[in-house]
Amino acid sequence: MTLARLTLLDQMMLVLAAVVLFLSFVLLQQARLRAAIHAFAWQGALVAAVTTVVAASQGLTHLYFSAALTLALKALLIPWMLHRLVLRLGLDRHSELLHRPALAVMAASSLVIFSYWLVLPMVQQNLLFTRNIVAVSLAVILIGLLMMVVRQQAIAQVLGFMSMENGLFLAAVSATGGMPLVVELGVAFDVLVAMVLFGVFFFQIRQSIDSLDVDRLNRLTERHGEQP
Amino acid sequence: MVPQLTTHWPMTLAELAVGLALTSAGVSLFAGRAPHVLRHLAMPLFGLAGLAALAAGLGALLHPVPLTATLPLGLPWLPWQLRLDALAGFFLCTVGSVSVAIGLYGPAYLRGFEQGRDSLAPLGAFTGLFLTGMLLVVLADGAFLFMVAWELMSLSSYFLVAFHHEQAANRRAAFLYLLMAHVGGLAILLGFGILAAFGHGFSFAAMRAAHLPVGWASVAFALAFIGFGMKAGLVPLHAWLPEAHPAAPSHISALMSGVMLKVAVYGFIRFVFELIGQLHWQWGVAVLAIGSLSALMGVLYAMMQTDLKRLLAYSSVENLGIVFIALGLALIYFGTDHVLLGTLAFVAALYHALNHALFKGLLFLGAGAIAHSAHEPDLEQMGGLLRRMPWTGLFFLLGCIAIAALPPFNGFVSEWLTFQAALQAWQLHSGVLRSVVPVAAAVLALTGALVAATFVKVYGVAFLGQARSRHVRRARSVPRGMRAGQGLLAALCLVLGVFPTWSIGIIDAVPRQLLGAGLPQAAAHGWLWLTPISPQTASYGAPLVTVALAVALALGFWLFGRGIRRARRCDAWDCGFAPPTPSMQYTATAFAQPIRRVFAMLFRIEESVTLQDDGKLRHVVQVTDRTWNLFYLPIARVIEVAARHITRLQSGHVRTYLGWSLATLLVLLWIIA
Amino acid sequence: MDHRLTILPVAISWTLALGQTLLYALLAPLLAGWVRKLKALLQNRRGAPIWQPYRDLYKLFGKEARMAHTASPLFRAAPYIVFVATWLAACAVPLIAVDLPTAAVADVIVIAGLLALGRFFLALAAMDVGTAFGGMGASREMFVSALAEPAMLLAVFTLAMTAHSTNLATVIDHQLVSMDLLRPSFMFALAGLVLVAIAETGRIPVDNPATHLELTMIHEAMILEYSGRHLALIEWAGQLKLMLYGTLLANVFFPWGIARTIDLSGLAFALGAIVLKLAALGVALAAGETVLAKMRVFRIPAFLNLALLFGLLGLLSHVILEVGT
Repeated sequence: MTLARLTLLDQMMLVLAAVVLFLSFVLLQQARLRAAIHAFAWQGALVAAVTTVVAASQGLTHLYFSAALTLALKALLIPWMLHRLVLRLGLDRHSELLHRPALAVMAASSLVIFSYWLVLPMVQQNLLFTRNIVAVSLAVILIGLLMMVVRQQAIAQVLGFMSMENGLFLAAVSATGGMPLVVELGVAFDVLVAMVLFGVFFFQIRQSIDSLDVDRLNRLTERHGEQP
Repeated sequence: MVPQLTTHWPMTLAELAVGLALTSAGVSLFAGRAPHVLRHLAMPLFGLAGLAALAAGLGALLHPVPLTATLPLGLPWLPWQLRLDALAGFFLCTVGSVSVAIGLYGPAYLRGFEQGRDSLAPLGAFTGLFLTGMLLVVLADGAFLFMVAWELMSLSSYFLVAFHHEQAANRRAAFLYLLMAHVGGLAILLGFGILAAFGHGFSFAAMRAAHLPVGWASVAFALAFIGFGMKAGLVPLHAWLPEAHPAAPSHISALMSGVMLKVAVYGFIRFVFELIGQLHWQWGVAVLAIGSLSALMGVLYAMMQTDLKRLLAYSSVENLGIVFIALGLALIYFGTDHVLLGTLAFVAALYHALNHALFKGLLFLGAGAIAHSAHEPDLEQMGGLLRRMPWTGLFFLLGCIAIAALPPFNGFVSEWLTFQAALQAWQLHSGVLRSVVPVAAAVLALTGALVAATFVKVYGVAFLGQARSRHVRRARSVPRGMRAGQGLLAALCLVLGVFPTWSIGIIDAVPRQLLGAGLPQAAAHGWLWLTPISPQTASYGAPLVTVALAVALALGFWLFGRGIRRARRCDAWDCGFAPPTPSMQYTATAFAQPIRRVFAMLFRIEESVTLQDDGKLRHVVQVTDRTWNLFYLPIARVIEVAARHITRLQSGHVRTYLGWSLATLLVLLWIIA
Repeated sequence: MDHRLTILPVAISWTLALGQTLLYALLAPLLAGWVRKLKALLQNRRGAPIWQPYRDLYKLFGKEARMAHTASPLFRAAPYIVFVATWLAACAVPLIAVDLPTAAVADVIVIAGLLALGRFFLALAAMDVGTAFGGMGASREMFVSALAEPAMLLAVFTLAMTAHSTNLATVIDHQLVSMDLLRPSFMFALAGLVLVAIAETGRIPVDNPATHLELTMIHEAMILEYSGRHLALIEWAGQLKLMLYGTLLANVFFPWGIARTIDLSGLAFALGAIVLKLAALGVALAAGETVLAKMRVFRIPAFLNLALLFGLLGLLSHVILEVGT
């Protein structure tokens, strides 16, 4: 696989996948919640764009519908719900204190190199293009999980979880030309339900421990002897 | 005899150098009664020894075949053999050039010591022995002579570091140095032991022929890396460097930093590249990682220092890190069968080692000049020295430009070569290595920029601005000898920077003899361009850049500065408030504050501002090395705990001790049977 | 492609290189004037004409230079060294023709080194007078450059690893051949270099080149004491640096129009092309400076970390996505 032999649409896919990876780095260290939600929205929009490009280059029409679904859900509905939640929680201008963002970025870069090393055994010539994008998607998934580990704010954890799902979708779209529509609709519905549940749950957490800092959830353990 | 002299003259000169160094040591023994012996006899002999070593080294580099000789010393079945090949010749050049400069510098510098209470005999004697030890380490052709010379080098430098033993801090520094030197020496000895076991002999020839299984080769490599890396001052084994260098007299610090650290690099190269022979790229990754860490931590700690010599010591840690980055790249490339690229990285490492010897020697000699003239080690008390010591100021400026890796000086050429070597990583097959190597190059770029910042701070605070204390205001220019020593090193820095093609043509002999491959394309486009890989890949026309700089500067001065003799003087801009006093200037701590704040998590910083009784504010900043708490103190605690357990053996009863002896004897007899 | 010097007669190529050198020095104030004029228009002012910087330089060269009592010979020599180093660095960036020998003399790393030489002497000159402002300017400038250097070199490495060379002429040739390819690594490298260029040339949001408040200055604080011909040289050097970065961005990433052979029509076309590209970059710079506000000094690491991230991602996407095997 040399870059010169790829079609324009395939090159666009590479560019979009690279920008998705960049956005997951941005999500990782963006302290301001509003900007983080916007970054997530853009990531969803770009994943929808990748789906469209795959649909155009491989002629799979059902992917157009899938792209529209992703755009509506990931780029518009869920960010809007999160934004509303943030407004209701009063965290609109909230900026989180990140512990050592430089270390987080270094860890994320190592994860990218690690995921590349993982997919290296796939050496078949016609699979190289797919393999590279799968490497990037795997990196996005791992960085999403890293974000859940590193960040303290509960909303940031939701964003990390959602970005993992973005990465999974990207891998599925580029490697296998999308998932069966039934599976996709099911996953989308699950995600939507999860969002609603998150919203309800966050209010409960805040009422119990008066903050949305996940580290403070350790007050619920027996050792501290406090009543939840 | 005569035919031998004409072809073997490099070896004869090398032996002469060793002899002169020993004579210098011997002559110094009379310095107790007649201090001026040191100035008139010992130091000139020292300088001559350096000159002989330099000539011998150049001869060996130009000579196609390695030369050997046998000393009539050592054990009957294990005589001491010397071998002068291109690698040894290169390091003899390094040792020799700095020693010549110190020979010029020493007499005037030591005059300041003659009024002291300490007898100068140990100083001169151990200096000579130090040089002897280093020369013999480079020339040794067997593990026995190598270790004896290594010990001689360590012990004599210990006594030199402890020369001002009245201060407790110096004694502590010397003790730490001795302790770590011996731990390192033990590791090297064990490494040699492994090689000797497989080679069935202690001579290097036997070790070269040995065939080691991969596991044992890796163990030997690890031991050598620990031992030589500790002597070279790699993080985390560097703690002795910033303690020992400020404690020693300045010309000794120049020798230690400029030369002894390079001898450690020589030992590593000889051990790994030649004696072990088989190179694995995994070793290269480890060396690259430790080298990058040392480079970054070294420069960051250097930036935070306010004691000039301590700052220069940390800067040595950083430069040795850069040398090991290049060596790590060489190991990676050789381990993956890219011989040309490995040679490039190897030549970059050698070049940087030589450059560091020259400019670090120059900087330490400058620090010595400041100490001689202003009696002030603290950067925060200096200032305005450029107009009081113009020649020292000029040479120190050239040293700062060289160490900051700015064209057209030599530091830039070795850094350029290292970058070129790192940028060829696209030829590696492993994708992981292809992304890791440029990241190491980015770390190198960060250290380069931080070094420039550090030396702007050093030069700006020490030499420019206004004097911050009374004795600095009274500083005077240093004697001619000291200026000559510094001037020689500065001139060499410039020559090596402007004529890199010629220098690399000479250095090329080392990888050709040692590893079998050279850099054939380096002068492919003519002597004006340095094209290490090929003219299309990268080229640097150093003489052209220098000539362009000089011509443009001359043109600029002629066009705009002509006819206007003096610019009129006036007051500096003071915003309408009181005229600027020396205390209003930026201090060294203030200069480093933004960087200190950004990289705060890598140091242990204790900062406090208190209001004193007399109404003045007192700002205290203490930056300590994190490796003490992370690495040394835990090891010290483990050793203490273990020692406490072992103390139980010391019961005090004679019969218990006899019982132990009996048990040991029984076990040994059983093992032998 | 064969090495440059064997194609052309040496004399013609060197003359052309000299001509390009002079062109840099002559056009740099025009670019600075253009940006200033655009900013004025965006701020609803009429602004000075675009050739005002030429008038300023002429005026300054005619004025007497004054030095503080505490200044040393280094203070006098520094403006010349700064100007010459920046000028030589600029000359190595191909402006109108790719095939010139100056590109073989200095590759990208040498350009970075020459710029560092200029910065070194400027910072030393700032500390020379012994005022607090000079020290502050020098400290901040070395701080910003320490963080910008790895970002710039990572972006450059991405280019070098694609073109397999650090020689700018080779990189531009490579890009000319494969310009229709969409490379994520080049996009990231471009983004990183834009951020680094803003930091290094001291524009908003890193530093305000038009400020009069000493405590907000980075670059200006270093040259507070300079006057007359010294100030003229340093101002000119600053304008050259802006043009250097602009040409680097324009010609390396968008090399349309640059002359590959030495003939008069090609060179004239190339001159027109680079003027248009620099004008476009000037519009983008002026718009950015008007819209954004200057950051406080300790927000600059976040800005430069973003540039470093771009460089790193460029490198990673080159290794993972573009090379393949």
